[in-house]
Amino acid sequence: MLELKDLAVSYGSITALHDVSLSVGQGDIVTLIGANGAGKSTTLRTISGLLKAQRGSIKYEGKEISNQPAHEIVARGISHVPEGRMIFANLTVHENLLMGAYLRKDRAKFHEEFEFIFGMFPRLKERSKQVAGTLSGGEQQMLAIGRALMSKPRCLMLDEPSLGIAPILVKTIFQKIVEINNSLGITILLVEQNANLALEVSSYGYVLETGRIILHDKSSALRVNERVKNAYLGG
Amino acid sequence: MMARYSKLVLLAVAVAALLVSKFVSFDSYFLIVIITIGINIILATSLNLVNGYTGQFSLGHAGFMAVGAYSSAAVTTFGGTHWFEIFGGVTALSTTSLFIVALVMGGLAAAVAGLVVGIPTLRLRGDYLAIATLGFGEIIRVILQNTEKMGGSRGFSVGGTYTTFFWTYALAAVTVYVVANLVHSAYGRGFLTVRDDEIAAEAIGVNTVKYKVVAFVLAAFFAGLAGGLYAHFVGYLTPEGFNFMRSIEIIVMVIVGGMGNTAGVIFAAVLLTLLPEWLRGVQQYRMVIYSLLLIVLMLTRPQGLFGGLTWPTRWLRKKTASPDANAA
Repeated sequence: MLELKDLAVSYGSITALHDVSLSVGQGDIVTLIGANGAGKSTTLRTISGLLKAQRGSIKYEGKEISNQPAHEIVARGISHVPEGRMIFANLTVHENLLMGAYLRKDRAKFHEEFEFIFGMFPRLKERSKQVAGTLSGGEQQMLAIGRALMSKPRCLMLDEPSLGIAPILVKTIFQKIVEINNSLGITILLVEQNANLALEVSSYGYVLETGRIILHDKSSALRVNERVKNAYLGG
Repeated sequence: MMARYSKLVLLAVAVAALLVSKFVSFDSYFLIVIITIGINIILATSLNLVNGYTGQFSLGHAGFMAVGAYSSAAVTTFGGTHWFEIFGGVTALSTTSLFIVALVMGGLAAAVAGLVVGIPTLRLRGDYLAIATLGFGEIIRVILQNTEKMGGSRGFSVGGTYTTFFWTYALAAVTVYVVANLVHSAYGRGFLTVRDDEIAAEAIGVNTVKYKVVAFVLAAFFAGLAGGLYAHFVGYLTPEGFNFMRSIEIIVMVIVGGMGNTAGVIFAAVLLTLLPEWLRGVQQYRMVIYSLLLIVLMLTRPQGLFGGLTWPTRWLRKKTASPDANAA
């Protein structure tokens, strides 16, 4: 469904990604793990059009999408939940969700997504009239995920959903990610520092180190891989 | 519902303005102050669309005002005699239509300037945009200073003083109506997302560059209208009247009122125009006290007078949000 080939991205003179290739199959949960600064967020941002690629190709459903403007990529069905819960702090929860459906014309059908999101995250329903900046970290993450779902994506990219969230909520968020995958059939590309959790929920994993894919395998195999265990799973 | 309500308010203001201009006669000092307030309301409300609602920092509003002022003045001054010939003399109809054409031309010229400046500079962020727009304002001023046809630095006598209480407040009402309705519409929420988080806005598919350009061009248009009103009110234009300090004055109104709060910005435009007038009694200390008051205000209410108060926007928003709430 999503195919990256020899992707290279740089910030000015600093190269962040060297020839990254990966592929995400329809309906899969694929994870991209790695340390800080490995280039995980850069990969997602390049796919969603927020960054320009120097070289290489990004194919989505067989079509080349690299270096297209971000709004066209959203329109094609790829939704990006950016790192650090970038919600619209001055808008209400309800307005944030509506903005997620910004490119959709079928206003009458919004209620289906609202129902699904509120069913999955009842907290958001309770707080739908509240200004989003006043939500807790975990609630903001739920909102960011909900907002991304409002565009009815076929592929959802999540950037560090566990970042800065109470441990007890991290489990819930990951359960919901699996639920989104199962019940809506949305393909998920998950970037995560918490390699343990990420490999638990995903079927395939890529390990990124200083801008290069150094390893990729089934998640179950990566979990027992000595190198991954030592570097990312805490021995 | 909201739109219908606003139209009523708009109509009420226009009718009130018409009645006042027909039946109440002001002494000339009072008229100067009241029209200056109206022009400042247009300037501050339109700048608020860029600096407040869209979160960009423009320092070039006086430049757009200058473009509007000089363009509309050129229309009435150089085109006036031809216009009156066509319309068979100086009548109420011919002067009013000439004035309307001049105002619209001034607004359009400023909007074109906004587009020309906006497309390259709006890729810049924060401080960089502020410097670029500051540069634009200064360029306009220097160009005007060196345009002999428009009087250069000696100044330019405008063909007629057509600005009345009615026109000023009718256009102020239109400005407020357009800006307030725009930012509370489904389309207008895009401006707020650009302000809150530009990257997230892009990630959900908002064309952020387009929104910034639209805000910029629209604000420039209204600044051009305000410039046209100003030109045909004072009757004499100098490039110095549109320097960097003029832009700062407008920005201060937006900040004191509360960024992104139309009611607050209108209040600040009124207050900050009246304040130096009230302080005339203390003569040479006037601007010192004015500046001190601004400092005290910023220390005590850094979010602006109305900033953080939700009642005006909340009250408006409830009405627009209702159809969506049903869908939820």
